[in-house]
Amino acid sequence: MPLDSQSPTGPIETRWDRHRFSLKLVNPSNKRKHKIVVVGTGLAGGSAAASLAELGYNVHCFCFQDSPRRAHSIAAQGGINAAKNYHNDGDSVFRLFYDTVKGGDFRARESNVYRLAELSLNIIDQCVAQGVPFAREYSGYLDNRSFGGAQVSRTFYARGQTGQQLLLGAYQALERQIGAGQVQMFPRTEMLDLIVVDGRARGIVTRNLMTGRIASHLADTVVLATGGYGNVYYLSTNAKGSNATAIWRAHKRGALFANPCFTQIHPTCIPVSGEYQSKLTLMSESLRNDGRVWVPLTKGDTRAPGQIPEAERDYFLERKYPSFGNLVPRDVASRNAKQVCDEGRGVGPSGLAVYLDFRDAIQRLGKAVIEERYGNLFDMYERIAGEDPYNAPMRIYPAIHYTMGGLWVDYNLMSTIPGLYVIGEANFSDHGANRLGASALMQGLADGYFVLPNTINDYLASTKLDPVDATHAVVRDAEAGVAAIAKRLLDVKGTRSVDSYHRELGKLMWENCGMSRNARGLRYALLRIPELREQYWRDVRVLGTGEELNQSLEKAGRVADFLELAELMCLDALERNESCGGHFREEFQTPEGEAQRDDEHYSYTAAWEFRGAGNRPEMHKEPLAFEYVHPSQRSYK
Amino acid sequence: MRIILHIWRQRDANDKGRMARYEVPNASEHMSFLEMLDVLNEDLIARNEEPVAFDHDCREGICGMCGCMVDGVAHGPLPGTTLCQLHMRHFKDGDELYLEPWRARAFPVVRDLVVDRSAFDRLIAAGGFISVSTGSAPDGNAVLVPKEDAERSMDAAACIGCGACVAMCPNASASLFMGAKIAHLGLLPQGQPERYRRVAAMEVQAVRELFGSCTNAGECEAVCPKEIKLEVIARMNRDFLRAHLTGR
Repeated sequence: MPLDSQSPTGPIETRWDRHRFSLKLVNPSNKRKHKIVVVGTGLAGGSAAASLAELGYNVHCFCFQDSPRRAHSIAAQGGINAAKNYHNDGDSVFRLFYDTVKGGDFRARESNVYRLAELSLNIIDQCVAQGVPFAREYSGYLDNRSFGGAQVSRTFYARGQTGQQLLLGAYQALERQIGAGQVQMFPRTEMLDLIVVDGRARGIVTRNLMTGRIASHLADTVVLATGGYGNVYYLSTNAKGSNATAIWRAHKRGALFANPCFTQIHPTCIPVSGEYQSKLTLMSESLRNDGRVWVPLTKGDTRAPGQIPEAERDYFLERKYPSFGNLVPRDVASRNAKQVCDEGRGVGPSGLAVYLDFRDAIQRLGKAVIEERYGNLFDMYERIAGEDPYNAPMRIYPAIHYTMGGLWVDYNLMSTIPGLYVIGEANFSDHGANRLGASALMQGLADGYFVLPNTINDYLASTKLDPVDATHAVVRDAEAGVAAIAKRLLDVKGTRSVDSYHRELGKLMWENCGMSRNARGLRYALLRIPELREQYWRDVRVLGTGEELNQSLEKAGRVADFLELAELMCLDALERNESCGGHFREEFQTPEGEAQRDDEHYSYTAAWEFRGAGNRPEMHKEPLAFEYVHPSQRSYK
Repeated sequence: MRIILHIWRQRDANDKGRMARYEVPNASEHMSFLEMLDVLNEDLIARNEEPVAFDHDCREGICGMCGCMVDGVAHGPLPGTTLCQLHMRHFKDGDELYLEPWRARAFPVVRDLVVDRSAFDRLIAAGGFISVSTGSAPDGNAVLVPKEDAERSMDAAACIGCGACVAMCPNASASLFMGAKIAHLGLLPQGQPERYRRVAAMEVQAVRELFGSCTNAGECEAVCPKEIKLEVIARMNRDFLRAHLTGR
């Protein structure tokens, strides 16, 4: 299958402009005749559904939550990047582009990243106009901070709730269109299959989560904005409901899945406290600006942190990375925390944590300053961990946070199935092998507000679609397939709950395809996952019926998909014999223990094709070319 | 620790519903309240009994999906805290707790502790927005917002739409929820052109949704997990009055 990225050529500064001009438009009076299905209402889906409706399209929008305002974009804390250069500190579109390509460890498409940096400017303007209460200076101008190791102040924020405020902006724009009758909203409705007619995406099959009713929704084009797949690990910073079902079932209908092994670990999360742990809570990365990370120098030191003298502490990040210290990027900080814990020097009851200590900062700056900077985070920590971080160091440990991989899309954000668009975290497009802080919100909104509404016209204007109705054989087969999966899950009547299998899969993935990977572990996981999947379908226990609100059944379908996706992630990780960004293969490191990229052999996007259940998927390669940012080794020494 | 739970079980909207007694013999003080319910549900599944349905998603206090009445108090005993952020260390061994869904005419029960809060979405759709279409915005710094206004707007914008205010109100009024949105947008210069139209449209919708009226009982403020202040209701009432007096 040839992968044509549709990426424009020529000077990068004008690629998006020239490309937009080359795209066909849809006559305003014809727009209402086109029906578009949008699945997911986070930053990408909410902004896309609202913007498409404003253009006049007939939009049908779906989310599994009880309201479109609940999508997990809402939990993003830190901020959103934009190359406004309001601080005259040397920022520019080109610099944001450069930082993003470099931060992604040279595994992203240059054209896409440049466009993202360009659109960052419009996003801030749009959100301000919607009434997003961004932080302000006393003068009334927008405030910025530097974030995630960036050397310029380009991050806009609304306290520690930037994701919430941006999402409410998109949600309100969406509700305005719902009120105007331009969008029909289907909350508590889950997409369970993609309808493909004559090779084109023509609709979705859904289950109404309140009644269990299975229905199909036909359309001219389908947009997936269903987020990432971090919950394959069971424990992650994702919401409990976040799942991969929509993209996985689209993948099984022919959409290629790109770079599934590219996952991001966030270094500062509250550690696991017991077997019952249901999710992990992230603490903003900004804590590392003043907190010092350490563990005891010797193994098995169980003294309280205050009892351990300075000489017997190992401030391992400061020791190994004297110039960046505690502010090394997420992947480096995470791997080093794992390493010291693997050496047996981890702290806390589980031994899977390191200290993040504010003692020195409190002594230097005073408690009041620390309280002003981090008060809400300290409160949150105390609420969850039950310890006061002003008196004892926090305990932190890395957790799965974001997935850079996703369905493959071209420059127009269209997948390999014509008529199927994928936006936001659900696609793979802009972050390469590692995402920079405050860039996820930027990408979701760029895709939804500005890219998709410009590119989708071209498909609609240039494609002749035959009418399809619910009696079409393809539609009826897809509906029957969805009903059959639910029935099969209910009929197993086995011995173990869905959650117990999900936990087991998560542990297997975390240990073998998590923060660092090696061929032996990946091969083990590739043997173990099919066994677990076979056992699941033989032994899972799902009570109740399919004709009612049944939360176990909802989870059961999602976990069945995770059990398939997990295998592809391990396969991709095993095939990529290099370390890059979030993908660290232990066999490929420099003598100093840093990631060793292999540009000669792996400068490509791996896009996997589903070849039927039980068959090995086939990998297709999209080669990457770097004309503007030349690959270099990252160094934080 | 051992916790005794009395939980409202209701199969669907047509079922009459009843309280059922359960025991969680092995709760840990480090569990969140929802994790304690997870443990109960795993036990129920092991015994072939259907688990208790409850809404939840982010489990970090921001999505607004979770919540139920714990001993008659929305989100339980800890102020400024959603149910998912409430930990079992705030309870004692042997405690007996009564869990019920939000009770309000506008929030029909779907199942067990799950209710339908789509009335909140319709309130927003009626007017809880600024009408700006994508692409038409001026530069972000073209409109200055005094820091104090931005901060007060943010205080109100922190609302997570969980519905605790309605559940706790003796009149099942949505005034705190509406007031928060009206203050969030009305405190910003961008929100001025539609300020009076917004409040009038949302009030009309609130009556349609069968929310009650505000009698300043203040219960909403006491249970709001984001500690939204009653003053947003006063502000809404002023705007509402002005909208009527000026016929806007």
